[in-house]
Amino acid sequence: MLEDAFRFRGRAFLFGDNIDTDAIINVNYLNVADPELLAPHCLEELSPGLSARARKGDILVAGDNFGCGSSREQAPLAIMGCGFSCVVAKSFSRLFYRNAINLGLPAITADAVAFAAEGEEIAVDCLSGVLRFPRADKEISGAPLPPFMLEILRLGGLAGFLKEQLKAEGRL
Amino acid sequence: MGMTIAEKIMAAHGGGDTLTAGEIIMPAVDMVYSNELNASLAIYGKEDILKAGVFDRARVAIIPDHFTPNKDVASADLCKFVRDFAGQQGIEHYFEVGRLGIEHIILHEKGLVNPGEIVVGADSHSCTYGALGALSIGVGSSDFLFAMMAGKIWLKVPETIRVELTGALSPYVTGKDLILELLGQIGPDGANYRILEFCGEGLQSMTMADRFTVCNMAVEAGAKTAIFPPDGITETYIKPRAQRPYHLYASDPDAAYCQRISIDLSALTPRLACPHSPSNVKPAAEVAKQKLPLDQVFIGSCTNGRIEDLRIAAGILKGRKIAPGLRLVIIPGSRDVYAAALEEGLIQTFIEAEAVVGPPCCGPCIGGHMGILAAGERCVATSNRNFKGRMGSMDSEVYLAGVPVATASAIQGYIAIPEEVLHHA
Repeated sequence: MLEDAFRFRGRAFLFGDNIDTDAIINVNYLNVADPELLAPHCLEELSPGLSARARKGDILVAGDNFGCGSSREQAPLAIMGCGFSCVVAKSFSRLFYRNAINLGLPAITADAVAFAAEGEEIAVDCLSGVLRFPRADKEISGAPLPPFMLEILRLGGLAGFLKEQLKAEGRL
Repeated sequence: MGMTIAEKIMAAHGGGDTLTAGEIIMPAVDMVYSNELNASLAIYGKEDILKAGVFDRARVAIIPDHFTPNKDVASADLCKFVRDFAGQQGIEHYFEVGRLGIEHIILHEKGLVNPGEIVVGADSHSCTYGALGALSIGVGSSDFLFAMMAGKIWLKVPETIRVELTGALSPYVTGKDLILELLGQIGPDGANYRILEFCGEGLQSMTMADRFTVCNMAVEAGAKTAIFPPDGITETYIKPRAQRPYHLYASDPDAAYCQRISIDLSALTPRLACPHSPSNVKPAAEVAKQKLPLDQVFIGSCTNGRIEDLRIAAGILKGRKIAPGLRLVIIPGSRDVYAAALEEGLIQTFIEAEAVVGPPCCGPCIGGHMGILAAGERCVATSNRNFKGRMGSMDSEVYLAGVPVATASAIQGYIAIPEEVLHHA
């Protein structure tokens, strides 16, 4: 069931507004490409020990302008390395948003931070854009992902999409 | 309905004749570039894709500038990995240490980015080249890989904010003060996903260096990019440099804008971005009243590392020394800037003032090397970001300013405005 790959249930880890890429992953790790090695340093100043507490399938929830600053893909990579299945933010900085989708990490624009309680299990449907918060007994509609971005996600990221393109052009 | 410069450029690159904001298009690119960090991540583990070969060896540039000259073994290994890749692919514009500059300075010096082009750079400050009237977009490693291999980029057609400039910049007020003022007004996401287009009579008082500085920091408001309409000042700059034919586009009078902002350059005074956000902006004169003591001043970066910047710094430093106990780090943005600064005697002035002059690279701006801050230290920098820990310790503070304020502060040893120094001459 491919579509199930876009429906997530996981514990919410809450963050505030304007979380910048320097805070997500420090410059000292920009010569690292392995998500597993980046994970221990993900948001380490704001949330020490995050990667040890996060489990596969958890959901990172943030406020406005998440991921502002640099174009470093180590930021979404570090988040993926922690095991997060998707990121939900009230709004994203465009570079982080692009990078997340391009790496195959779903990024959903919705005001989940207003309703989610820290650590509770929430449900996110990237296809419909519907999010559920059991503790507040609330359901909200975020923006569903456009078909083009779902296509990139289905192919595991932009590199997978590129491979298809190059094959279609007879270059691979 | 008329079109903006950016819309005309997208349409001319196969983006479609009618562009609707929010629509996803895949236009062709004229130039693709990256620093060593994003390039290495782009190609890491991608051997299967890379065997197809880059789309055009003359339209890809790789510029190792962030952790170079290699700051440690990991960076040396990373640079070697990227250098070998550039060699294998026969990439024509690979700039080695000593022949290069910061990525957002060297391409305009060498005429490798031209008005009317679409340029994709794997670094957030790639919006710099909008100053030439190009559509210049910062991306990450995956987009760099895609553009380098496919010669295209996926873009969501953005809306445009029109910034009308009236009046003229006063002496010792620069493009940096304009962009800081704008960031203060609209905040860290005030232009998210949108383009900032500058226009109006105020353009006449802005040098190319001013325009590069303004476009460079558009990303600090989240902008997709910024763009200046190419005019006589642009043409004078680009004509002797351009490596390809270029196109000068102008926005139609009835083009659509999502927001209009007006700024009177004549009323603008030096600005300062206080810790820990580029949009936490105050008048420099107000902050200067506190005489906040400084440990370091940094003049350089893709924002303010051009020859015009060094001329301003040398003009203020000439015959003076920096404050005792303070470190002034000056980094020319490229080999050409360095050579011009030598020839004009600026380097001599810096050394006599007891500044240290580094080799062209990003240096301490990104907290890599050549001027890292200790816990409890305070720095004024002409660079573009002052997030917590950006230039070193999490317990250090960075104030962002233009070159006149940075230079005056280095002389005084505390945050100061140029008038304090100039009146003591």
